Amino acid sequence: MTQPADTSGRLPDAFLRPGSSSFVDFLAEHSPDLLPGRRLTSGAAPVVPDSLAPHATTIVALTFGTDGADGGGGRGVVMAGDRRATMGNMIASREMEKVFAADAYSVVGIAGSAGVAVELVRLFQLELEHYEKIEGSLLSLDGKANRLATMIRGNLPLALQGLAVVPLFAGYDLDRGTGRLFSYDVTGGRYEEHDHHTVGSGSVFARGALKKLWRPGLEAGEAVEVAVEALYDAADDDSATGGPDTVRQLWPVVTTVTSAGVRHVPDDELAAAAERVVAERRAAHLAAHGDRPAGPRGGSDTRGGARA
Amino acid sequence: MTMPFYVSPEQLMKDRADFARKGIARGRSVVVLVYDGGILFATENPSRALHKISEIYDRIAFAAVGKYNEFENLRVAGVRYADLRGYSYDRTDVTARGLANAYAQTLGTVFTTESKPLEVELVVAEVGATPAADQVYRLSYDGSVADEHGYVVMGGQAEQLGTRLGEHWHEGMALPQVLGLAVRTLGAVGTDGTLLPAGEEREIAPTGLEVAVLERDRPRRAFRRLQGGALAELLEQPGD
Repeated sequence: MTQPADTSGRLPDAFLRPGSSSFVDFLAEHSPDLLPGRRLTSGAAPVVPDSLAPHATTIVALTFGTDGADGGGGRGVVMAGDRRATMGNMIASREMEKVFAADAYSVVGIAGSAGVAVELVRLFQLELEHYEKIEGSLLSLDGKANRLATMIRGNLPLALQGLAVVPLFAGYDLDRGTGRLFSYDVTGGRYEEHDHHTVGSGSVFARGALKKLWRPGLEAGEAVEVAVEALYDAADDDSATGGPDTVRQLWPVVTTVTSAGVRHVPDDELAAAAERVVAERRAAHLAAHGDRPAGPRGGSDTRGGARA
Repeated sequence: MTMPFYVSPEQLMKDRADFARKGIARGRSVVVLVYDGGILFATENPSRALHKISEIYDRIAFAAVGKYNEFENLRVAGVRYADLRGYSYDRTDVTARGLANAYAQTLGTVFTTESKPLEVELVVAEVGATPAADQVYRLSYDGSVADEHGYVVMGGQAEQLGTRLGEHWHEGMALPQVLGLAVRTLGAVGTDGTLLPAGEEREIAPTGLEVAVLERDRPRRAFRRLQGGALAELLEQPGD
């Protein structure tokens, strides 16, 4: 027997049912259409072409500090993302933010289909806050990482249609007293990473840079500079990753997580870091080639047939 | 076949109201006070885990007296209501008025249609950008809503305590002042439930208090519990 629609304004029974502390589970029961991943699933839906939906790109994350032997807060984590979103060969946004505080002690960065990713992050933030309010305590870091894995798994139907979301999750584990990193695949696989990790289209280049720049026991400030430099290298070789924009004064979004919680690194600190990287690269070029391009100038006949 | 006894609707409602009132009066009181920097909630509650005061949303908090299982259920429903609304619209679209309405309808329907009314009394409060924009709603077991100004007392001896609180509360008080006033009011009920004369209030140790504030100046989530050292320190500051 179906009940007639309740127009009295009282709270529906689903709200008053005891049970889950999960907002996602509540949504799945009460209004499943609000969940990402539950749409577009009828039949063999076509793959959404890249030129229709914006894509977010490179995220880097690395740990810093030592393992708390000195009585300090243990390792912290830096997570940074560039500001570009692309649609096919076009730039969809120059000032997109892809690194978000998930709660007071964790951050999440997203690569992949921007619209779905931002919606997932919003839901993830709410999931953590909802649990905290209902239970009166924080989820463990592993618990948070597993909730995110479940949500990514729920997005698999969309991922198969080309709207994949690949997050990178980092947080400070209050029980173990250390910063930790987690990466994911589109099927919801969760992998703990050590030292550093990258995701997104420019991740190959950023990871190469991190392998050379990261070392154990970095200071927080040094770790921020390493993150900015790794993103610079990604932007150098990947057209979908944006470099520091000195004209519009746009810098990467960089956050740090320590025992004191999440901190957004302020713009002036980032501007200094970005300008230092640019100055170093310029100095290296000047030393090698002087005040001109590395290749020969003029004489288009000598360029192997390629013409601009 | 036996005929059911006729009970007049007046009598039926009165019996239910008496039943609910008795249940509510058994519990310890909760006081809610507006001060210059926000809204203070306080009650006598030795438990660190079973709360009577909690956060609902960014600027909204909830306080209750009565049966724990019943108001806990309403609290969870309120958090779900607020989070769902904020998720499908925007965080700024979640208001204490909307939540108070939903609670009122729920309490009212249960009071008239179910065999037992809910033995609870609630306060839903929202801290605004200015003291004038603060909203404090008091909801009774029968679904009636009152838009309160300044202060609310719920639970045992609520009326007498409310009168006593009203004599000392005024606009623009600071946090240590309202906290002192709240603790004096809670201490005016003896351990046996009788009202103590003014000036002879019980002392309540900080560990026996549950205190929380909605702070106007905090960005986004305004709710903060005061406990341990921070609470003891505030209690030691001169009240007036």
